[in-house]
Amino acid sequence: MATIDHSTTFLLGRLNWSAVPTDPIVLVTFVVVAIGGAAALGALTYYRLWGYLWKEWFTSVDHKKIGIMYIILAIIMLVRGFADAVMMRIQQVWAFNGSEGYLNAHHYDQIFTAHGVIMIFFVAMPFVTGLMNYVVPLQIGARDVSFPFLNNFSFWMTVGGAVLVMASLFVGEFAQTGWLAFPPLSGLGYSPWVGVDYYIWGLQVAGVGTTLSGINLLVTIIKMRAPGMTLMRMPVFTWTSLCTNILIVASFPVLTMTLILLTLDRYVGTNFFTSELGGNSMMYINLIWIWGHPEVYILILPLFGVFSEVTSTFCGKRLFGYSSMVYATVCITVLSYIVWLHHFFTMGSGASVNAFFGITTMIISVPTGAKIFNWLFTMYQGRVRYDLPMMWTVAFMLTFTVGGMTGVLLAVPPADFVLHNSLFLIAHFHNVIIGGVLFGCFAAIAYWWPKAFGFKLNVFWGKVSFWCWVVGFWAAFMPLYVLGLMGVTRRMRVFDDPDLRIWFIIAALGAALIAMGIAAFFIQIGVSIWKRKENPDLSGDPWDGRTLEWATSSPPPAYNFAFTPVVHGLDAWAEMKQEGQKRPKAAFMPIHMPRYTGTGVILAGLSTVCGFALVWYIWWLAALSFLGIIVVAIAHTFNYDRDYYVPVEEVSAVEGERDLQLAKLGA
Amino acid sequence: MRPNGLLKSCILLLPLLFLSACKAEVLAPTGDVAAQQRDLLVISTLLMLIIIIPVMALTVLFAWRYRESNRAAVYRPNWDHSTKLELIIWAVPLLIVVSLGAITWVGTHLLDPYRPLARIAPGKEVGQEEPLQVQVVALDWKWLFIYPQYGVAAVNELAVPVDRPVQFTLTSSSVMNAFYIPAMAGMIYAMPGMQTTLHGVFNKEGTYQGLASHYSGAGFSGMRFKAKATDAAGFDGWIAEARTASKTLDRPAYLQLEQPSENVKPELFATVDPELFPRIVNLCVEPGKICMAEMMAIDKQGGAGLAGTINVSQLTYDKYARRGTRAPILGWDPFQVTGFCSTEELERMLTAQPASANVAPVDQTPLRGHGLTQPGSLFGRSADPALTLALPPVGAATKL
Repeated sequence: MATIDHSTTFLLGRLNWSAVPTDPIVLVTFVVVAIGGAAALGALTYYRLWGYLWKEWFTSVDHKKIGIMYIILAIIMLVRGFADAVMMRIQQVWAFNGSEGYLNAHHYDQIFTAHGVIMIFFVAMPFVTGLMNYVVPLQIGARDVSFPFLNNFSFWMTVGGAVLVMASLFVGEFAQTGWLAFPPLSGLGYSPWVGVDYYIWGLQVAGVGTTLSGINLLVTIIKMRAPGMTLMRMPVFTWTSLCTNILIVASFPVLTMTLILLTLDRYVGTNFFTSELGGNSMMYINLIWIWGHPEVYILILPLFGVFSEVTSTFCGKRLFGYSSMVYATVCITVLSYIVWLHHFFTMGSGASVNAFFGITTMIISVPTGAKIFNWLFTMYQGRVRYDLPMMWTVAFMLTFTVGGMTGVLLAVPPADFVLHNSLFLIAHFHNVIIGGVLFGCFAAIAYWWPKAFGFKLNVFWGKVSFWCWVVGFWAAFMPLYVLGLMGVTRRMRVFDDPDLRIWFIIAALGAALIAMGIAAFFIQIGVSIWKRKENPDLSGDPWDGRTLEWATSSPPPAYNFAFTPVVHGLDAWAEMKQEGQKRPKAAFMPIHMPRYTGTGVILAGLSTVCGFALVWYIWWLAALSFLGIIVVAIAHTFNYDRDYYVPVEEVSAVEGERDLQLAKLGA
Repeated sequence: MRPNGLLKSCILLLPLLFLSACKAEVLAPTGDVAAQQRDLLVISTLLMLIIIIPVMALTVLFAWRYRESNRAAVYRPNWDHSTKLELIIWAVPLLIVVSLGAITWVGTHLLDPYRPLARIAPGKEVGQEEPLQVQVVALDWKWLFIYPQYGVAAVNELAVPVDRPVQFTLTSSSVMNAFYIPAMAGMIYAMPGMQTTLHGVFNKEGTYQGLASHYSGAGFSGMRFKAKATDAAGFDGWIAEARTASKTLDRPAYLQLEQPSENVKPELFATVDPELFPRIVNLCVEPGKICMAEMMAIDKQGGAGLAGTINVSQLTYDKYARRGTRAPILGWDPFQVTGFCSTEELERMLTAQPASANVAPVDQTPLRGHGLTQPGSLFGRSADPALTLALPPVGAATKL
């Protein structure tokens, strides 16, 4: 690391030449990314796609397009986060027998911090938000979310946060604190440069987006369900989304506030979390985990919903124990608020406190277990079709059970005293996050892809990706369980015991398999698009689905449903099919829809600039961009041209085409 | 798909697990506390396997049996409820969690790191000898061990006699860290301005790895030490060796030692300032700086009034400056509050032991909650004894 020049200038704050990375690895990455980026931008310009992207996607308030953009963001960031993971695996294989490996502490410590931050905030969160955005309005028979503009704005704020975190790779540095930035290490005294500030502003900008999107989806589910869809007739995915968004709305403000206090400590010299002058870092630890534990359920609950939908669809059966599934979800939502202390049993709390939080944690495993059983008995006496989504689901059930077991194990405080901070813990949460969240995301992509694009995904490459991921996961993380039991702890850069090496080698091979899985996933998408004519979904219902999203065409028209469906029971679409309900052919009405707007992009862009300026102490720019945010936001309220009506002719044309399509299929 | 492929890979991994068992310190510890923690680990695992194994087996079985191509299997598309099954799937996990919860409650109390040991090994009571006290300070990036009973100290080397209980009291000089000897007892955090306690014992001679398990900055990976468990004679020899060391550890020497350094070789100190550890906990090793205990005592009596607000001086000590830190860009220059207690008062304050809830050792055999005090009633509780102890004696206000 070059010596850092801390002097500030008016024009550029503390931004100066020392911000340019000198590390050869970062430099090479920078050159590759710059060339790749320039090529991508050049191609967009050459094919004149800018106008199309701006008009049809960037400014879109259509929940379906926003959902797709969220998932694209998640996939791009998955590659970045995974690259970090691979670098760690290589370092940990390399740094034995006195070797320092190929990463110095400054670089390695940024990598594990960035890996955690990116995977949680910019991979898993956009994945689940994107899925909820795409699927929930369709499942409840709505035409869009409650606040379509807010939805666009939320997405671009998430992108803004991601941009700040990515910028830290090439301008300055990222935090070297671990993904939760515990003070005092994250205080100014021990992290004097820009790393933690990038962390703070990246998360604050993205956090605005997450909170607003939580409010948006919550209101959508409460207020916009089709007539007849009572709470206990909502599809399970919508139920888990409802609970997730309650958790988001209730817990993200805690994160925002905690980060604000840390910001005050770093910028204004307050002492909330310092050791000196009455500050106490334990307050931060408590606050961040009061957000952090519900966050875990924010990630996993929607995927529980996905698995429920997939299981009942591909078993050709109603979901076993719908109401017990719903109560289990609600139980988890409530309980997730009273377990946070299990993340720091070892920080010296008394035995009664530890035991209380240990036991509440175990209690959560009861509703979670009930869910697993419900999926199991949905398979029982079903007719299981092993398409890709179902394969992911079975892999999930086998993998997640192990992760759940090690989780309960870690909830026993005396056991946690020997396993906390060890690689056993790392293996546990990757076991549930990869085995639960990521497997769920892949199941969801394979499941809803035909709905979103009108053709199915390629099965061969999907299977290659599936096996690489599943076997790769087990190979990469089982050694970490073993290493944890050998007393090896996390975030280590060098090792002195040569006997450990073999386990790291196995783990690295597992990571290589996962890399192949990711590559196969991209090939799968490429091949599917290339040969989209071979696998079309004309019916709009390729899997013999049970919920309302399958009632409309694939891809759905911008307005989703020409007539708002009326729901008479659970599994509304399955029921409609059973009763042979006919599609209405006439009497279409003009459809009221929100108009696209670029304000979200502009506001989020200004917020990102403001965040960047605050990171580098460029006060004039921060003030100016903040002023810009206020002005644009107020100006937007004077924009009265926010909606339009889809004319009857257009509706009947679209629906007529759909009738033709269905007729062809029937013939 | 063949879900049993997954199962196969697990089965293939199992023998590897056993191969490594000889090195798995967590599963084969040499300290009684870690052994009991291991026992809990195993008991909980077995309890959970009661449900995990059937679930995984049923998953594979159902996935295979009810595949689409198997037309022999029953197909009931509208079967979605069974009260009996629902009862079982909620009750069985609940029963397991109840048993696990009972074990957890008792185990957590008996293996509370703050609780003095009552036995040194199964069936072996603690003798008359008082526990060895070791004061542990997590520095950037090395461990300092102070032996207050012997007046010596060591960096990155811990010597302990076997079969003698050890009471660690821990703190940190700068950031959070965690102290972990896998073979001896669980880990506990060492945090600046705070003090934690850990009790442990070694039952077998040997040299064991000790490490920092909470990431603490650039030199974290090299923050390891060897824990040497020797017989009583070996330990006395080690103390004697330490006493002949050339270096001593007083407050200025500590401020030197505290400077960040990486991969530090073990070092011994012949004498230690007895007030050093309490001063580190109270964040007042630097000359002239107020101790936390002092500040809290003043605040408790209403604060120092207007005089207190101007009782600050620029922080000349370079704890922050050495890391390239300046004042917060929008805040003040770093400052410290100056202490103004008399030396005797301060000494009394620093030597006062913090009240601990667990003073009496209890019998930990067998793990049944045997010897734990009954939990007090939520409503009818008398004054907290710890609070009563902390009240200042009558007339203390005038002395300050």
